[in-house]
Amino acid sequence: METIKIQGTEDTPKVTLDKEKEIMEISGRSLPEDVASFYEPILSWLEEYAQSPNKKTIFNFKLVYFNTASSKLLLDILMKLEEIHEAGHDVLIRWHYPEDDEDMEEAGEEYSDIVDVPFEQVSYSS
Amino acid sequence: MDNKKDVKGFLEFVYEFYKSMKAHEITLVYEGEITHQITKAFTSLTESNMAKEDEPGNVQRKVFHVMVECLQNISKHADDFTSNDFLFSGRGIFLVSKGENEYSVTTGNAVDNNRIEELTTMLETINKMDKEELKDLYKRQMKEGRLSEKGGAGLGFIDIKRKTGKELEYHFLPISDDTSFFLLTSTISREEEDEK
Repeated sequence: METIKIQGTEDTPKVTLDKEKEIMEISGRSLPEDVASFYEPILSWLEEYAQSPNKKTIFNFKLVYFNTASSKLLLDILMKLEEIHEAGHDVLIRWHYPEDDEDMEEAGEEYSDIVDVPFEQVSYSS
Repeated sequence: MDNKKDVKGFLEFVYEFYKSMKAHEITLVYEGEITHQITKAFTSLTESNMAKEDEPGNVQRKVFHVMVECLQNISKHADDFTSNDFLFSGRGIFLVSKGENEYSVTTGNAVDNNRIEELTTMLETINKMDKEELKDLYKRQMKEGRLSEKGGAGLGFIDIKRKTGKELEYHFLPISDDTSFFLLTSTISREEEDEK
């Protein structure tokens, strides 16, 4: 399966989706001019990945900022991961947040309330 | 026509304008089309100013959030408005002011009068809600809402109220029989332990 590697910019996150190396991560800032087209390849990749996922899928979110439009697309990603989990596969979401950022911590809690998939909150010092 | 006198008058106006900005503690003012490039420039400018002044991290983050949502509101909605009036079509005003205790972010743009009711209802509903209600509304809207053609998720106002914990102040001023100028102000407390 094709690997996705997108370099982060001041308004778009860094994205790595590598099935072989088992790395799935979105990090940085997300306020793209056109959210739908930025996230479209990521959602299609997950769609394909869901056909034959790895034994264990660990997806890391390490965002420092995202706007409201991105929040909706992040939920779409989480719902794709939920589908994989519902199909009987092992899935874990790791939500990383700066230890002094309550809003980012709370955002993770909210997502974990909405989707039914194992969810781990990880704080780090920024 | 005495051009010299005109120039002098204009320069005097600039001085008055400058004093007036100072009196209202305005640190940034912009009039014109609001694009994604403008949004990026203003947020990074304000961000570096706040960092220089050692503003607490949570205040910086909240100001950033509010600025982005306000600017994107205008960039996504200002051109809904199709007027031949060169003064108002597709443009807006954006202000940031910094007082001793708080930052304010203010936007203004023209809207068709038929949108006033919808905007008022939405803002009043959000203003009345407490923290838990806002959280539920945000989650519901994120799940059920659809992204508009312009990429709006209908979450901006809810997010601003949640991040600032303060009511959104707004005002409509008549421009003509069918249009009004919509002004919106959000304030962000500079106290480190802000009650959300």
